[in-house]
Amino acid sequence: MRTRAAAALAVLLLLLAGCAGGTPAGRGRGGPVTLRFQSLAWQRESVAATRELVREWNAAHPEVRVEYVQGSWDSVHDQLLTSFEGGEAPDVIHDASDDLADFAHGGYLARLDGLLPARLTSDIPEAAWRTTTFGDGVYGVPFLQEPRVLIADATRLRRAGVRIPTPEDPWTWAEFRTVAEKLSGHGTYGVAWPLKEPVSATLDLGLSAGGGLFHRDAAGRVTVRFGPGDAVVPRTIRDQVVTDRSAPAATLGSGGSDTLPGLFGGRYAMVPLGFSYRQQIVQQAPKGFDWTVLPAPAGADGLTQGVSPQTLSVAADCPHRKEAAAFISFLLRPGNMVRLALGDWMLPTGTRALRDPALHTAENGWATGTALAAHLRPAPARSVRGYPEWRDKVAAPALQEYYSGSIGLDALRTRLEKDGNLVLARYQR
Amino acid sequence: MRTRPAARAGQYAALLAYLLFLALPLLWLLSTAFKSPRELGSLHPAWIPRHPTPANFRQALDEQPLLHAALNSLLVALTAAVVAVLLATPTAYVMARHRSVLSRAATGWVVFSQAFPFVLVIIPLFLVLKRLRLIDSLAGLTLVYVVWALPFALWMLVGHVRAVPAELEEAAAVDGAGRLRTLVSVTAPLLAPGIAATALFAFVTAWNEFFFALVLLKSPGKQTLPVVLTHFIGAEGAADLGPLAAAASLATLPPLAVFAVIQRRITGGLLAGAVKS
Repeated sequence: MRTRAAAALAVLLLLLAGCAGGTPAGRGRGGPVTLRFQSLAWQRESVAATRELVREWNAAHPEVRVEYVQGSWDSVHDQLLTSFEGGEAPDVIHDASDDLADFAHGGYLARLDGLLPARLTSDIPEAAWRTTTFGDGVYGVPFLQEPRVLIADATRLRRAGVRIPTPEDPWTWAEFRTVAEKLSGHGTYGVAWPLKEPVSATLDLGLSAGGGLFHRDAAGRVTVRFGPGDAVVPRTIRDQVVTDRSAPAATLGSGGSDTLPGLFGGRYAMVPLGFSYRQQIVQQAPKGFDWTVLPAPAGADGLTQGVSPQTLSVAADCPHRKEAAAFISFLLRPGNMVRLALGDWMLPTGTRALRDPALHTAENGWATGTALAAHLRPAPARSVRGYPEWRDKVAAPALQEYYSGSIGLDALRTRLEKDGNLVLARYQR
Repeated sequence: MRTRPAARAGQYAALLAYLLFLALPLLWLLSTAFKSPRELGSLHPAWIPRHPTPANFRQALDEQPLLHAALNSLLVALTAAVVAVLLATPTAYVMARHRSVLSRAATGWVVFSQAFPFVLVIIPLFLVLKRLRLIDSLAGLTLVYVVWALPFALWMLVGHVRAVPAELEEAAAVDGAGRLRTLVSVTAPLLAPGIAATALFAFVTAWNEFFFALVLLKSPGKQTLPVVLTHFIGAEGAADLGPLAAAASLATLPPLAVFAVIQRRITGGLLAGAVKS
């Protein structure tokens, strides 16, 4: 018995010793600088492109070595927050701009103004920079973004004889409603709205109709005000689901990928999705399925849409900010930005990259998406402190109830404004 | 009392239906893992793939270090299970046999501690581990899993200890066995199924845990399987479904193997040998 116990203890100690192997990666002392770059690239092509760029950097810059770390979109905010608090954050951080507000205000990110070359600063439009500017400082470089588009079954559109919209001559929201109705019937629907995350979709598309919802006064205080422009998109969606029955209620709680089989199987004629979903469509669509990319409908403000670009930032604790900024600058050279964009099926923010012929082909709808790039704006809500809480606790349940027909527009307005302003007030004391 | 054949058939049918219900997610996972992307996009998904392909498994294994991550997970989960059981068993014995206000308070605290969400404890935990130089180390992660599993393991084992009649220990004492001999020769064998179940619980908890592993491990070579699995998932829930299902199918194999080994212990007879025949 004793022998057995001793053997078990020995095995345990060995296991623990095995566990303890290795030392945490640190920054070089006296030797070459080592930067840890946490990338959230996840599609096969974008991971390959990012890794390849890191290899190219390391080959050309032996004095500044970059270590590629594969991150995860799942729980990235909590992971980064913990790493920041513990002083162990990656040096170069890939994230989305709507995640940066809290980190920038919390002092976790380094200001990048003055560290980036004029070539990069002037290449990215002012609207994109506004998504990563908090107070007076820039805390991230926006480099990839995607508009919401309508992925449509081209055959059904042709058969129905509806006018095919283009970025130059898009559908109005009213016309879109009429078309969706025309495409419905016999157990099929004109459109399916995957609104698992209803707030960002509603707010981003709402900008086209002059919506904004979040308003900042001269003193910088933000309040929620639901005006006529804010009602256009929610009312259209609700009317399609509840009144016209041109959109199924069943998909309101679905994610984008969940609606694709219905699109391929002819149940829905159109699905509003992010531009990058084209990759899944190319992979999954049955042979012979004729699909097309249409611009989202336009309102009083044209094709304007809110976006939250993907960003690259530098941790405030990084002792080699200049080197980190130089790496970001290398990664976002126009040619490299195109490689990253093609890998992620998204649009680059850089104007020179956007001119690349590879992004203007009609194939897979690239040209339609590229034509929308000039209309993309920072969504006003996304950079406001307290937005995530307002989104999860107030807006998401209120919009879901409104879309399903449980509450009316007045109740929606009251909840978004009254409850929303209570939430925001806590963050602005 | 004899059961009528019809009633017995009904019982078997109900049991079969229940087992099938439990197996559905696993069967669906396997089915998805062998489907081509085009079949994944079908409006009428089939249980059995029409053109089964191992391509998803190849892609998953090519793109992500799944085997290395599985080894990391196995090492951490096995160690956490063994240590948690070694710590919990004597403590549970004391709490079960020596009832007092203190032991009741301790039991209450143990149950209450299960209510803390991960996010609440992660930052202080991170700081403590950093001070101990255990960030980005599998030993640190194992320590966290032991601490995390310990309360529930204790709670489980206290119940099992209470189920062992104290009279058996008293009888052994009357027969002249000392305290240690009684514990080793009488109590421990009777507790074996409970210990096995607790170890299984600790193993599965550690095997599936994602958030601590995500936050505490930084080096790619140390990441565990749940963290690597999320590399097939993009922003706003988009996912590379085929390779994800293939990788997740592979990830279920080690726990199934551990369960197969330990299950014999659990079902091996709770009080086998307790009564002289």
